[in-house]
Amino acid sequence: MKQVTGRPTALTDKPFHYCPGCTHGIIHRLVAEALEEDNLRGKAIGIASVGCSVFAYDYFNCDMQQAAHGRAPAVATGIKRAWPDSFVFTYQGDGDLASIGIAETIHAASRGENITVIFVNNSVYGMTGGQMAPTTLVGQKSTTTPSGRDATLHGYPLPVCEMLQVLPGVAYLARVSVSSPAKIRAAKRAIKRAFAAQLRGIGFGLVEILSSCPTNWHLDPVKALEFVDNQMAAQFPLQVFRDFE
Amino acid sequence: MAMALEAQKTTALTGNEAAATALRQIEPDVVAAYPITPQTEIVQLFSTFVSDGLVKTEFAAVESEHSAMSATIGAAAAGARAMTATSSNGLAFMWEMLYIAAGLRIPIVMPVVNRALSAPINIHCDHSDTMGARDAGWIQIYSENAQEMYDNLIQAVRIAEHPEVLLPIMVTIDGFIISHGMENVELLQDQVVRDFVGEYHFPYPLLDIEHPKTIGPLTLQDFYFEHKREQAEAMQRSKAVITVIADDFARLSGRQYGFVECYKMKGAKYALVVLGSTAGTAKYVVDELRQEGEQCGLVKIRVFRPFPGPELCKALADIKAVGIMDRSDSFSTQGGPVFAETKAALYQASNQPKCVNYIYGLGGRDIEPSLIRQAFMEVKDLATSNAVGGGIRHLGVRE
Repeated sequence: MKQVTGRPTALTDKPFHYCPGCTHGIIHRLVAEALEEDNLRGKAIGIASVGCSVFAYDYFNCDMQQAAHGRAPAVATGIKRAWPDSFVFTYQGDGDLASIGIAETIHAASRGENITVIFVNNSVYGMTGGQMAPTTLVGQKSTTTPSGRDATLHGYPLPVCEMLQVLPGVAYLARVSVSSPAKIRAAKRAIKRAFAAQLRGIGFGLVEILSSCPTNWHLDPVKALEFVDNQMAAQFPLQVFRDFE
Repeated sequence: MAMALEAQKTTALTGNEAAATALRQIEPDVVAAYPITPQTEIVQLFSTFVSDGLVKTEFAAVESEHSAMSATIGAAAAGARAMTATSSNGLAFMWEMLYIAAGLRIPIVMPVVNRALSAPINIHCDHSDTMGARDAGWIQIYSENAQEMYDNLIQAVRIAEHPEVLLPIMVTIDGFIISHGMENVELLQDQVVRDFVGEYHFPYPLLDIEHPKTIGPLTLQDFYFEHKREQAEAMQRSKAVITVIADDFARLSGRQYGFVECYKMKGAKYALVVLGSTAGTAKYVVDELRQEGEQCGLVKIRVFRPFPGPELCKALADIKAVGIMDRSDSFSTQGGPVFAETKAALYQASNQPKCVNYIYGLGGRDIEPSLIRQAFMEVKDLATSNAVGGGIRHLGVRE
């Protein structure tokens, strides 16, 4: 019998610890498939961040370094500068990248570092129990905004891609989602374009992936994906912000 | 005061809930914070109090601990009572601002839920976070249990804001062991706490247009040294203030606190020195050993900054050997910080017991009664033999 699919070799056999309905598992797989298809396993070095994806080092079947909260792009800078021929990617959530690590993100992009950032945005601090993140939507309930985010008190959602798109050091920048099979395929294409930017040595690549958090949103997995499509995508439109020839 | 005693309510609370309750009753003007395990719950519960209108506090969910402490400093210097809370790497990320808070003499009170520092990353209890900050100029009070966390936080407000002190204070509990463990806590009435902490009056607030001022301007060879000496003297003066506030609080609550707590030290020939939740476990072991006829006792350090040197010398005045327990290592090769400082204090004592250091419980490694019993027996050997003390031992680690 012909085998048509299987677990990517860039993933270990360890079962994911993620909650039911969380899309981290899909995104891990997409990154692993891209690593495998581009034959990058032998030179890939990943940076795990702090948050729900802290254990990414258990799942990606390549060298991994665990970075302090928010510091992944800075650590990646060091690794890439030391091993310019390696393939360096970070895997970060919005609590890590858009909050405590926004300075590292902006400056790595501004310097045009030849690294790839996988940015998983689920609009809350998932690991610590669903507190308001910079990406939380106006009106969205979280444990620190139980009556919903009030812009006059808590400010507005932070649009990371819209901020980074003005920086000339950015080679590839896109926002995607994994809420349907078609969108998953588009997300994979975006990840591979970001990888290609690094492989061509033309600058910083970032893919923002809208993700669901059924546990902290108190929605079932299907309704959580509807929230991604209807609410999150309205605030964070899916588009390619920067591409290359 | 008798009424306040009678009106206390016993409630089952986790350490984090006890801390959040203290914060609610203190009702600071501003709280700025960023979540980190295992502290998260304190500020999350507090944000619920804000949303429910139980407190009038301005709550800012900032993007990092560095900004949390910066915002807290800003608010407190402006004339507001301001608080935050953190753990572990969050405290480490505040490092720059910790020194600035102390140097500016800003009386911030901060609960810290002790958690091991990275690397390797770990979320469980040890004291490497606050011990790393021991020389940042903050008063440090370690709590054995949820009750002490509650009581220490309320006292800390008065100590920090006392005009003779004006120093920031971190009040600690052991991560998960106490922060997430539930036990009975006696709570004072809201109004009793509010009356006890009183109104905050920072002596040099901003927007006093008759006396415009700059906070934290450059001082070089001309005045920096004098500022630092003032800071050291304030820490020295805090000792008398801590005692006065403890006495005030005892009248209110019936619970008396000192710099150190001596447990069954009367007639003891050997002892352990501990801080934090391990004191509770060690008391249990002392009870067992005393029943077996052993002459052992326990000294718990409550206030680590200012360091209670004379109090420890007095507590250890009649013993022959002491095991000093550290839930962090200084990597100085001279043992953990509690060991190094206790030993230094004993250099001035008339009685100099043999000392041995026990490094234990790093990264949340459980400290079982059997391990504490083992330490007691080794210290007894030291007390009753010609063996020389001074060694550094590791309790409960794989060889």
